[in-house]
Amino acid sequence: MINPWVIDAAYLMLTAALILAFVRLAKGPSLPDRVVALELVASIVAGMVGTHAIDTGVAAFLDIAIVLALMAFLAAIGFARFLERGGPRDD
Amino acid sequence: MIEVIVSFFVLSGASLMLLASIGIIRLPDLPTRMHASTKSGALGTSLIMIAVALAFLETVVTARALAIISFIILTSPVAAHVIGRAGYFVGVPLWDGTVKDALKDNYNPDTHFLSSGYETQGEPKKPAENPAPGSEEGPKGK
Repeated sequence: MINPWVIDAAYLMLTAALILAFVRLAKGPSLPDRVVALELVASIVAGMVGTHAIDTGVAAFLDIAIVLALMAFLAAIGFARFLERGGPRDD
Repeated sequence: MIEVIVSFFVLSGASLMLLASIGIIRLPDLPTRMHASTKSGALGTSLIMIAVALAFLETVVTARALAIISFIILTSPVAAHVIGRAGYFVGVPLWDGTVKDALKDNYNPDTHFLSSGYETQGEPKKPAENPAPGSEEGPKGK
């Protein structure tokens, strides 16, 4: 079995990454910055789901990671379309 | 032995994710932040999925992990390109220390016309002569 210390360290690093990405999401000066932070949050959560699947030994968690990656891509495309339609903005 | 390899992949994937988020919070403007988050974020997720495939060593799990990896590697450059393009058109300010802005001479913010830079003489002026169809039927058309 995997050393629990390794799993704990991975959780710790992913949580720190999630917090930093959330800080950028909250204070990002412009809307595209927030979209980039949101995409990073989705991929960090997918990594967390993978770590949790290794931790618990339940392979069904991988389906969640698939759906997360798909939804993050669609959200990014949607936000980009929305931004380009809106024209120049000042926020 | 397999535990050591799985631990290595999990730890390196998690530290790449941490690196991506440090980059996203420390770097000065949108393109540099995207440079940090897109590449190392995608690689971090891929490494963790490789670790999942090695930890389970079942065909079903390996197929799913490979599906996630290929999907991420296919979509993350597309998403980064689309967001970076939208950010440039929206007018996100670049960093003061930016050395090169290759789109600056080719993009007209008023008509929303982006030339390739390889047109023959006189061709780039076409959209300036009749800006009405460009601004009406451009990206706002659909």
